[in-house]
Amino acid sequence: MAKQTVELRTSPHIRKAPSVDEIMRNVVYALIPICLFAIYQFGISALALIIVVTGSCLLTEAFFCRMSGKPNTINDYSGAITGMLLALTLPPGFPLWMGVVAGFIAIGLGKTLFGGLGYNVLNPALIGRAFVQAAFPAAITTWTPAFAPGRFVEFIPSTLALPFTKPPSIESWLQGVAIDGFSGATPLALQKFENISTDTMSLFTGMTPGSVGEGSALLILICGSYLIIRNMMDWRIPAAMLLGVLLTSGAFFMIDAVKYPDPLFVLFSGGLMLGAIFMASDMVASPVTPRGVLIYGLFIGFLTVIIRLFGGQAEGVMYAILLGNAASPLIEAVTQPRIYGAQKKVKSEQ
Amino acid sequence: MQFLRRKTFAHGVHPPDNKENTNTKSVRRMAFAPELIIPLSQHFGAPAVPTVYEGQEVVRGEPIAKANGFISIPHHAPATGTIDRIELMQTARGPKTESIILKVTPGASQNVLYGSTREIADMTPQEIISAVQDSGIIGLGGAGFPTHVKLTVPKGHTVDTVLINGCECEPYLTTDHRVMLESVRDLIVGIRIILKSVGAERAIIGIEENKRDAIKAIRARLSPDEAITVRELKTKYPQGAEKILIKTILNREVPSGGYPSSAGVAVYNVSTSSQLGALLPYNQGLIERIVTITGPGVKKPGNYLIALGTPLRFVMEQVGYTGSANHLILGGPMMGTSVASLDVPVTKTVSAVLVLTEQEEAEQIPEKVYPCIKCGACVRACPIHLNPSQLTLLASKRRYGDMQEKFHLNDCFECGCCSYVCPSGIPLVQYFRIAKAVNRENRERIA
Ligand code: SF4
Ligand code: SF4
Repeated sequence: MAKQTVELRTSPHIRKAPSVDEIMRNVVYALIPICLFAIYQFGISALALIIVVTGSCLLTEAFFCRMSGKPNTINDYSGAITGMLLALTLPPGFPLWMGVVAGFIAIGLGKTLFGGLGYNVLNPALIGRAFVQAAFPAAITTWTPAFAPGRFVEFIPSTLALPFTKPPSIESWLQGVAIDGFSGATPLALQKFENISTDTMSLFTGMTPGSVGEGSALLILICGSYLIIRNMMDWRIPAAMLLGVLLTSGAFFMIDAVKYPDPLFVLFSGGLMLGAIFMASDMVASPVTPRGVLIYGLFIGFLTVIIRLFGGQAEGVMYAILLGNAASPLIEAVTQPRIYGAQKKVKSEQ
Repeated sequence: MQFLRRKTFAHGVHPPDNKENTNTKSVRRMAFAPELIIPLSQHFGAPAVPTVYEGQEVVRGEPIAKANGFISIPHHAPATGTIDRIELMQTARGPKTESIILKVTPGASQNVLYGSTREIADMTPQEIISAVQDSGIIGLGGAGFPTHVKLTVPKGHTVDTVLINGCECEPYLTTDHRVMLESVRDLIVGIRIILKSVGAERAIIGIEENKRDAIKAIRARLSPDEAITVRELKTKYPQGAEKILIKTILNREVPSGGYPSSAGVAVYNVSTSSQLGALLPYNQGLIERIVTITGPGVKKPGNYLIALGTPLRFVMEQVGYTGSANHLILGGPMMGTSVASLDVPVTKTVSAVLVLTEQEEAEQIPEKVYPCIKCGACVRACPIHLNPSQLTLLASKRRYGDMQEKFHLNDCFECGCCSYVCPSGIPLVQYFRIAKAVNRENRERIA
């Protein structure tokens, strides 16, 4: 009998865009303006940090793919996203070699150990960040002023610290560049430890010191909206998280307006916007169920405020999201949708 | 109140509807092929039993095979000619099926000679139901369930409302649309027949808003005191799925694993209803159907009235398509099946022949399948509110039993919404089909 090849396909025969790499590519696009603004704010140190951390993530991913004999996955952009996000959460003067470590841990421990894209339980960028926070507590809380003069021609001294050495003190450098009144503390730390409030408007537009990409809440919102409009991000997560923050901090503000910060300040300060829009919304580590997504967002928002107000640190977004990630399988399990035609009586009838 | 007029359901998807190539084209009769292939099994249930012998001459409309039991239907000669042979032939359903091959007499007038007029009003519901079986009508929307079985209300159930499905929510398809424009009279007669046999008070025709002309055409023929009304629905896939339609129009749910009659409803497709109206009063059998033939590569896209049993090769020649069978899909792009060869015949369930573009095909086969990134798009698309992401995870671990017991696999009706939206290109529906098949086998082994 003559052999003949026939292709048989099963329905559905059409598919909707976008595909995973398209989504990921667009997330990269959305992060680029934030990176550019960070470079504008902090100069070449920020540029170097973003490049080095992203490069470290990509190399780590390539390395582990090679080791495990899996096809190289670096061109799905997810590694690049992790790298960019991670860099954006670090202080601008963060020593580059520590950035390499952070990137390696983020991908190695946070992603490939779990089996790569789609299998990670926690957000890889935040794992990297949590690691360096524990390993280099001094470097990660050393802040430098935004818009320092000469930021495009000289590095912040700590940036170029040699591996495994203590970064040089930046005190003297700070004296040279600091604008009057710069205290080396972020608005969050000022608020928390000294009860000095920062004008919400300057937070909104990014005129304050902080991590590389915490800069302008407004810019982050705009970039996030791009993804939401293109239907590449679930808006429910950031919305629920911001709502959670507002509700929780609003409640405390009502209790004692002097002791606790104004909810708007909480909303626009620190890494909250970046965390809400680009990290909590990481699909892989969040629940898939519609109700689960709401609970997850509210939960993270609530935790963020609690950690900020009562924890030992000024910033709580990172741990809140990691905890939210960890809780998401449970949240998903208890929020399975009610299926069409499901009947309550079924059990008693049997 | 606008939101009441255009009803819809939660979830679902909006694929581009691509109907503009054929939705304004009137139904045209296609020429008779020299040889027709009539599979004895074109439907859900037992195959029919041939009542003719090789060499016998038959006239158009004459019964050539009889029903084998209640869940079975007869078949009628689609053309005047001679029975050539009865043998195993390839069909679109896959395995070879015993089929009657009819040589069409060249130059025969091909007027229907068989049948006689009768008064439906004088018939009891029981008589109507057996008359429907004699006509060999099955669900023409594609499911292929014998219509007389659907008209038989199970004991202990009552049907208060009949829904007539004019959604045609699958992209590209326009047969139901044309029926609603061109055969309103038959449609209404058919619906009255249905109302009488199931003993229901009212019938509601559900039509998507992208077919306003059909809504108008039907409304114009209905008197205000009629038990039949038209309801405009939002255009959304799978609006026309039986359970979804019931939810949309009546806000009732069919219990998981149950029949529509458990919810007091019966659903029929418009093409099926209009065939009832056209055939029953004349005691005739189903011998032809309307098929939408569309897609690039088809030189003459349109809606064709095609004699059942016409080989696909002949059909495609008539519309000027010369490519291979690889590109053909029987039915719509969301739930249709691809065919193995051009030698298969048009049967009672073929509502469309669709030729997709190379580009659309290329999009269909994702360059790369990624792992599930838990984006939740499938969860937000599933009209049954299943969790396809979770189901796929279990499928990849071959935990097929859990898929059914914990995550309601059998409630999935393979509408394809989840695969359609998945950015990772995961063939979710395929996984579910495999899992169901394995579960079925396991059950049979135990039983
Ligand atoms: S194919 Fe099944 S699981 Fe997928 S959307 Fe349709 S009903 Fe839901
Ligand atoms: S749509 Fe695909 S990638 Fe998204 S959750 Fe469902 S299976 Fe996973």
